[in-house]
Amino acid sequence: MPFVPHTENDIKKMLATIGVENVKSLFDEIPSELRIDGLTNIGNALTESEISDLMRQRARQDGEPICFIGGGAYDHYVPAVVWDIATRGEFYSAYTPYQAEASQGTLQVIYEFQSMLASLTGLEVSNASLYDGATAFAEACLMAVRANRKCTSKKILVPYVMHPLYRKVAEVLLKGQAIELIELPMLNGLTDQNVLTNFKNGDFAALCIQQPSFFGTLEAVDNLTDWAHAQDALVIAVTNPMSLAVLRPPGQWGDKGADIACGEGQPLGIPVSSGGPYIGFLTCKKTIVRQMPGRIVGRTIDIDGKPGFTLTLQAREQHIRRSRATSNICTNQGLMATAATIYMSLMGASGISKIASTCNANTYKLLEALTAIPGVERTFPSAIFHEAVISFKQPVSSVLEQLALRGILGGFDLSESYPELENPLLICATENRSDADIRMYADALREILGAS
Amino acid sequence: MSEIPNTFYYTTDHEWIKLEEDGDVTIGITDHAQEALGELVFVELPAIGDSFLANDACAVVESVKAASDIYCPIAGEVVSINEALQDTPELINQNAYYDGWVFKLKPQNSIDLEELMNADSYKQLLSELED
Amino acid sequence: MTEPLIFDYQSTSRDNFVVTKPLTELPEDLLREDQPLLPSASELEVVRHYTRLSQRNFSIDTEFYPLGSCTMKYNPRICNRLAMLPEFLSRHPLGPEEHGQGYLQTMFELQEMLQSVTGMEAVSLTPMAGAQGEFAGVAMIRAYHESQGDLERTEIIVPDAAHGTNPATATMCGCDVVEIPTRSDGDLDIEKLIESAGPKTAGIMLTNPSTLGLFERQISIIADIVHQAGGLLYYDGANLNAILGKALPGEMGFDVVHMNLHKTFSTPHGGGGPGSGAVGVNNKLKPFLPVPFVTHRNNQFQWVTESDLPESIGRLSAFMGNSGVLLRAYVYMRMLGQKGMERVSDFAVLNANYLMARLLEAGFDITFSDRRASHEFVVSLKQLTRETGVTAMDVAKALLDKGFHAPTTYFPLLVPECLLIEPTESESRRSLDGFVSALIDIRDQAYEDPRVIKDAPINMPVRRLDDVRAAKHPDLIWQPEKGKV
Repeated sequence: MPFVPHTENDIKKMLATIGVENVKSLFDEIPSELRIDGLTNIGNALTESEISDLMRQRARQDGEPICFIGGGAYDHYVPAVVWDIATRGEFYSAYTPYQAEASQGTLQVIYEFQSMLASLTGLEVSNASLYDGATAFAEACLMAVRANRKCTSKKILVPYVMHPLYRKVAEVLLKGQAIELIELPMLNGLTDQNVLTNFKNGDFAALCIQQPSFFGTLEAVDNLTDWAHAQDALVIAVTNPMSLAVLRPPGQWGDKGADIACGEGQPLGIPVSSGGPYIGFLTCKKTIVRQMPGRIVGRTIDIDGKPGFTLTLQAREQHIRRSRATSNICTNQGLMATAATIYMSLMGASGISKIASTCNANTYKLLEALTAIPGVERTFPSAIFHEAVISFKQPVSSVLEQLALRGILGGFDLSESYPELENPLLICATENRSDADIRMYADALREILGAS
Repeated sequence: MSEIPNTFYYTTDHEWIKLEEDGDVTIGITDHAQEALGELVFVELPAIGDSFLANDACAVVESVKAASDIYCPIAGEVVSINEALQDTPELINQNAYYDGWVFKLKPQNSIDLEELMNADSYKQLLSELED
Repeated sequence: MTEPLIFDYQSTSRDNFVVTKPLTELPEDLLREDQPLLPSASELEVVRHYTRLSQRNFSIDTEFYPLGSCTMKYNPRICNRLAMLPEFLSRHPLGPEEHGQGYLQTMFELQEMLQSVTGMEAVSLTPMAGAQGEFAGVAMIRAYHESQGDLERTEIIVPDAAHGTNPATATMCGCDVVEIPTRSDGDLDIEKLIESAGPKTAGIMLTNPSTLGLFERQISIIADIVHQAGGLLYYDGANLNAILGKALPGEMGFDVVHMNLHKTFSTPHGGGGPGSGAVGVNNKLKPFLPVPFVTHRNNQFQWVTESDLPESIGRLSAFMGNSGVLLRAYVYMRMLGQKGMERVSDFAVLNANYLMARLLEAGFDITFSDRRASHEFVVSLKQLTRETGVTAMDVAKALLDKGFHAPTTYFPLLVPECLLIEPTESESRRSLDGFVSALIDIRDQAYEDPRVIKDAPINMPVRRLDDVRAAKHPDLIWQPEKGKV
């Protein structure tokens, strides 16, 4: 029987010890009118080889098209070591490290993870991770409202050039706390700084800045940060960790640095895998650590004075504070944190910086190749990190459909989220896209546009 | 039985209140409360100038295993806080009624002592809890 | 023996995994001037370091892990292998439906199977953990009342034995929490429920079997009371493993359920996540399900989004939840099939009741010994603590020394010095007997010389840690000046 070890003899002896005739009588506290005879619509069991065939067939059906989509999930190269080690049973099948003495492996990994994320973002402390970038952003907003004691406003300024799905998720998660996201309009693919004068001290608890923006463009982070601080607001940075070996990190923005940084850790060794599991990260200044949600690991000593690691500052959490907890979150994304930590250890600062520069170079190359085609324009003039927006003279959806028929995923159609832009497409070329891939995309697009 | 100064007043949430001569009140948590919490690791203090209504949560005391709100026993404005607790929260464990005071409040209205417990009633409450 | 921090290695890292190119263009004033403090270690050092760290963990693959309320059953390796097929890993979440029919069909079938095992009418897979499933459930309940113009319903009733996430979730959703006591027989205090249910009641959150390991026998009465008061019922699926194929939350009167796929459906806990907290609803709540989920129309599997479901509570993750976890749950369910699913609760409950009977026989204080254990049960060590000073925490640490992960300690909060023990169906009689012997040994030792138990663990990589120091002087990140561990 799959995954049940008992022999007939075991069952007989166990029932005798309990003092019942059969297994069925163990369910006699369930009122009879609620008992069911069995399940329906599940089907018969498949053997391991049958389910393998089925899943391989499903996977083959989806294929592996060449992907130029970014939009918050990036197809980077993942070294073999990462998942070979992360899926070792001792990491894979352990639980949350409540029994610290029996979980030093997971705890030390998380401590290393926290150290790496804090350093990448230029801030002082990090938690053990959250579900994904969007929920990390929502938690950062909650945290900022709790932490800003100079202001009672529950409004947060959020750029229109920030990831639209992140904004949607945050709205859902913040609704119950009556926290309101106020949209800052854009100008040329960047946050419009002319509108800032509409807001004054006390009007808002925090300003969010996404860097690089959803369009891949680069915000004037120093001005924005200093302006927000001058209004007694906190600054929440939403960033891509892959960019932080080359771009100035949130902790170094403006005079005082952003107060909280968050984002999606998926680029650090985690496959795009249909959107999850990913890993949200959250780092902040030391002064507001007790407002931070989620698990945190600390280094301490044992009774012999030997260094060790343990979950700490737990009094903030739901299992102790219940209805007054900082968040209802229980888990972090432990396994993903393990993979990300191994990835960062393998690459080192120079490795991550090289990947970042390659993505930058490839996307510029792609941009150049595509905008050389008549009818394709670059939408925003400003510099980009590793994504860019281009515009067509015709609906994006039909262009993408034709590219997909040629095995190319041409980008993310922005028409729905940004209807005022003219047929906009968000494109991205990571280090995984070769020069040949880029040529293939350009050739296909030329053909498609030429034919229409 | 833990210490209970006679001249102080108490709440069912185990805060103590000391009436100062200048009309302000000093507030802390009782010896019983600190014992129940265990060694304190952090105290979140209110800010000077904060105004609270009676029963508002106004500060947090935290041990490794528990975090407990301090509820403002009477309405008023915070005029002073015990900053020493920021680095040495264990002052509350060592001496809950004196060095471990948490904050001072300027009461909004005249204090209705009927609403609070005196030392005898609080002793009574503790002995009931022990049963 | 300590394992150094990865930062302590000072070698050349292997940074040539791909062909790289220099930056084309980034504004000068935005460039980073310092280097982030990332490790500099060789590939072999990285492999050794993390392999060694893994060996400093207890896990299901290496130890019996009877952690109550967490359902630490075997995580079949094949589920991992098939979820990590290259096509699944490289499928972009914003890719077209045409290039994801295999994946979407799999998700659709998983929705249907989860619907069947809970007796609900529709399922959304997006919640990324149990706590998010809870959030989705309460948010849907609120959305339902709002759609009825019933704006005063802001109270969520929660039993005092509930998981901490229940009240935390209610607060996050902007609700007030009303706690209801548990009676001494372990069931809910119905009188108090009748007093509390009324025009302000949004709903009740219940785990059944409860966190005390008991099936709530009055569930139908509770459902009537709450429904008559105008509230809805939320089922916390933490303990679904105990009733799989025996009873359906939908038939008990629940309007919304969440399932912990990382418990009942064996997806890995991963050292604390990723989880997955799919939600199922009856017809009343269908319009409010979180998006996206999968439907089958025009001969194609397609996403249902906000435009199809305008009253949806919206999105809970940037994309579609923890897809990789969902694939693992699907493989597990298909491999067990209908009979295998039913067998899960048979053996989970057999193991729990056997373990309870053995411990009762050995003289342990079983908190509800006259009740049937569901798939877990509570032992109170109050007497041991009183007579020897050895606490539940001490016993937990002594178990580690004997090669068993400790049960859940000090939860449920209602029972002093308690252990909550959940063996799951994947453990053999032999491993349960070993656990009983270990507990008996520890108890005997406690009466003989309590210091030995108070000193435990001694066989772990570290001994008991100074939690006060950790919280008082938080050391949360490595800094070079702090030197080596």
